[in-house]
Amino acid sequence: MYIIVVGAGKVGYHLARLLMTESHHDHEVMLIEKDRAKVNLLSVEFHDAIMEGDGSTVEALKEAGANRADVVVATTGNDEDNLVICQIVKLMFLRPRTIARVNNPRNEELFAGLGVDASVSGTKLINAIIHEQVRAGDMMIPLLTLKAGDIEIVEVQLTRSSHIVRKKIKDLTLPTGSIFIAVIRGEEVIIPYGETEFQPEDKVLALVKRESEQALRELL
Amino acid sequence: MRVMIIGCGRVGSVLANQLDEAGHEVVVLDRNQQAFRRLSEKFSGERIVGNGLVDEFVRPTLEKKTDILFAMTDNDNINLMIAQKVKLNFHPGEVIAVVHDSILAGLYKELGVETVCPTDLVIKDLLQRLQISKESV
Repeated sequence: MYIIVVGAGKVGYHLARLLMTESHHDHEVMLIEKDRAKVNLLSVEFHDAIMEGDGSTVEALKEAGANRADVVVATTGNDEDNLVICQIVKLMFLRPRTIARVNNPRNEELFAGLGVDASVSGTKLINAIIHEQVRAGDMMIPLLTLKAGDIEIVEVQLTRSSHIVRKKIKDLTLPTGSIFIAVIRGEEVIIPYGETEFQPEDKVLALVKRESEQALRELL
Repeated sequence: MRVMIIGCGRVGSVLANQLDEAGHEVVVLDRNQQAFRRLSEKFSGERIVGNGLVDEFVRPTLEKKTDILFAMTDNDNINLMIAQKVKLNFHPGEVIAVVHDSILAGLYKELGVETVCPTDLVIKDLLQRLQISKESV
């Protein structure tokens, strides 16, 4: 594959290096950078695989051979530059797929609407990973405390990583002193029974005795 | 007419002054407060300090019916992004991006983005003068 990477900042530099050193792939890489000092510094490592130029111009992309590229990745720190790079490629060179780094996650949708094939937002990625890591049991929200704190009604937002997802209530061993009272699925409220199967986006309401709370947390 | 001008530079400020003087309702946005010094003392329009790429700064203006928006900061790519974003999100009557790169200006017309290219205008003017001086020889 021939891959053009625009912008030799941290993201662009490491991406280009990674692509070049992946020995099992036979990638050809060209890194475009507009700062001459940076180009000079990196040319020791990249030799002919780096060129000086403004990647958001037709001239530079042409010089880099965008017409025969398979992928163009716009990795600069400016969303407006990344957008224009991808749009030029789509309009002028037709062939390559375009991937844009999105610095402001709010621009992701806009980019898709304006013809960028794929966009990557660091903020969103990290956010998604955090949400995967947080166990549902850690997100138990007390809604109501009864009998001076002995009994609680709690709400739990399930995620894909919750233990009880895709399981039926009858197959679970609920800790003594706890019971599921409702499952909220979108707009629907389900009064659960043995056959009820939990889905990743469900909100579960449970009645739980204070001493059983930890056990319920672990189950989820 | 109600006009929004994003970028109060040498050109944007003069355009704002003249439209204001001609009785139009003008809103000028620039990320740098100092840029508004270029506006004349008589300028009666609205000044907004902010980033034209961020919806929060343009929404209050564009929620009301706006006839034309000029994206004319000193950065071509910012102007092109503002123009496309604003068209999608707020649908003002007309959107014009100032783009100095002549090739880009032409290319984006194909994408349906109205552009004005100062470089092309200067060249056209200079070539006309050449023509005139040739004729007078």
